[in-house]
Amino acid sequence: MRHTITLLVDNESGVLSRIAGLFSARGFNIESLNVGETLDPDTSRITLVTTGDDFIIQQIIKRFNNMVNVIKVSDLTEEVRVEREMVLVRMDARPETRAEILRTADIFRAKVVDVGPKSYTLELTGDKDKITGFIELLRPMGIKELARTGTVAMKRESKLTKRGEEK
Amino acid sequence: MARMIGAEMFFETLIHEGIDVVFGLPGGYVLKVYDVMPKYSDRIRHVLARHEQGATHMADGYARASGKPGVVLCTSGPAATNTVTGIATAQMDSSPVVVFTGQVPLPYLGSDAFQEADHIGITRPCTKHNYLVRRTKDLPLAIKEAFYIAGTGRPSPVLVDMPKDVLIGEDEFVIPGEISLRGYKPPKKGHPGQIKRAVEMILAAKRPLIFGGGGLIWSGATEELKELTHRLQIPVTLTLMGLGAYPADDPLFISMLGMHGSYAANMAVHECDLVISIGARFDDRATGGNFAKFAPNAKIIHIDIDPATIDKNIVVHCPIVGDAKEVLKQMLEMLPAKVKTSRKEWMGQIKDWQKQHPLTYNQNGDKILTSYVIDTLSKITDGEAVVVSDVGQHQMWVAQWYKFKYPRTHITSGGLGTMGFGFPAAMGAKFARPDKMVISVCGDGSFQMNMQELATAVENNMDIKIVLLNNGHHGMVRQWQTMFFNGNYSASKFDVLPDFVKLAESFGAKGLKAKRPEDLEATLKEGLSTEGVVLMEIFVDCEELVYPMIAPGGAMNEMILGPGTQLENMADVADMA
Repeated sequence: MRHTITLLVDNESGVLSRIAGLFSARGFNIESLNVGETLDPDTSRITLVTTGDDFIIQQIIKRFNNMVNVIKVSDLTEEVRVEREMVLVRMDARPETRAEILRTADIFRAKVVDVGPKSYTLELTGDKDKITGFIELLRPMGIKELARTGTVAMKRESKLTKRGEEK
Repeated sequence: MARMIGAEMFFETLIHEGIDVVFGLPGGYVLKVYDVMPKYSDRIRHVLARHEQGATHMADGYARASGKPGVVLCTSGPAATNTVTGIATAQMDSSPVVVFTGQVPLPYLGSDAFQEADHIGITRPCTKHNYLVRRTKDLPLAIKEAFYIAGTGRPSPVLVDMPKDVLIGEDEFVIPGEISLRGYKPPKKGHPGQIKRAVEMILAAKRPLIFGGGGLIWSGATEELKELTHRLQIPVTLTLMGLGAYPADDPLFISMLGMHGSYAANMAVHECDLVISIGARFDDRATGGNFAKFAPNAKIIHIDIDPATIDKNIVVHCPIVGDAKEVLKQMLEMLPAKVKTSRKEWMGQIKDWQKQHPLTYNQNGDKILTSYVIDTLSKITDGEAVVVSDVGQHQMWVAQWYKFKYPRTHITSGGLGTMGFGFPAAMGAKFARPDKMVISVCGDGSFQMNMQELATAVENNMDIKIVLLNNGHHGMVRQWQTMFFNGNYSASKFDVLPDFVKLAESFGAKGLKAKRPEDLEATLKEGLSTEGVVLMEIFVDCEELVYPMIAPGGAMNEMILGPGTQLENMADVADMA
């Protein structure tokens, strides 16, 4: 099963490899990983997406909790949450595709962040499915280069469940 | 406060932490520490090991025998990598070893400088935490945190990497105050609700069993455990790491369980209706490794200080995270002072199992059996010695036949199974317990892995006894080849062995030999009563096998009890091996 895990960690060298080490020791792959400073410059937030046996993920979360540099761990998988990632796509912009590229960007509310005689670079933020859908639509028009951030996530403040009922 | 260099801060902080002995070996980047060491030699003793692995096992043995952290000091690169086996050994058995390594100066980090290795990267998976100290003024706090982390919660090794420029740099020395780490809050007391549930389960059980591990020893819970078992008449079995946590001569004690556990203990696990596991982690050597068939009729209470051990191997019914001693105290408060329980049927069943298949040996040939050696050793010393075993067959016979009475008197490498651990660990134990007789029981194979430390023992005028069981083989390897590989003795026999008596003498130690059963007792008595470093080489039968044995992956009631009871599916078992 796919798990989205966020960790608050000390913002110091070596912490990331401690986190990653637990996955490699189990032979697990990390699907995406995001690290960034929080409001407190001594603290970073890591958002990690992985797919694996629930039992082993629970073990890994317990091991995260044991780490001296890990302040808080949350598995957001079962939580109501906001998940976003960002992608930059450089399109091969030939005369016959230029208009279609812009139209697609417009539909997805993507931004054009760089324009050249032979390319457009688009920026899009959204959840994983939206980003994947966007890329699939662009693919036939000729993608030159692509950079995807992976997921960042946060628990929603409102206690609304997925069905829109109060918890 | 005073200005001083990092190397001086190192000793000042150690002294402040109550450390009085350091096991180490000098070298390049740590030389400044050794340079200032004579100033502190009245307060900190330095034991010059002959190999950093030896130093690390000594520190580990010291920690296990005393309950206090053991300290290692060495240089960078090969010295640091030599400590890795010792660190991993301490990690697996939850022993608080703190390793200090020298490191190349900060500007050279990562440049493949002479004797450079990535100590932090290499030891990350086998330490609880590690530090690279970047500023001289940060050194005292890093050291204090290292001891705090190593010694609290689940005890574990910690490494502090000290670049040369940090050690020679000068700054104000301030003794760090109370440690508070936002990401590290070790648990102490158990959750009262869970303890209440556990007490109800215990009172309702008809066939309860205590399954105790090394956590009992680290938390010092022996008295509380005795109170619990005596109040409720619950039989006790211990894992290899737990031996000593409960007196072997107590009628409720039914010996060690597991792969080479007693028939009664393993059957009791299989047939009980409640397992009360305290400070044990359901290791495959203790449970037979077939987790699906473990205690099939029982509910399980699991008391452990490390939340990550809960539900790791076996999913339990009532987990309690906390220090074993604290949790047992909480339990005792909730239990009535007098409990009317009838255990006649259950204890009677256990007694029957003990009678049906007791631990046994038959010393009647002209070759000495190792089980006989350990039994004799136990009787001569009346279970009063600190016995440090190495790894292999002799380790299992020590566990079966030495009647340990007190915690911290049985020391062995259980989790990692590190051959070569025993002798240096015994030396560390002797530094921790100079009042006790300390005996290193080892095999010819394991002793050869760290025998250079004989020099260290003699140099420090140690009073330490080595019982070396020479069967000319890697005995446990040979046993597996006998049982699971059709007697194909590939690479398990030594064609060349030193004369261990002459070897001991060449180091300035005393050596004794026994070849015949009738000489054994006299040799042991002479050796144990001779002052100094004494090596007793006992020639033992290489064909003796350790029984009972649960084949790897087997259930606890599927024991091989002797040569006549081999399992039918040995070939399959060999694949599991």
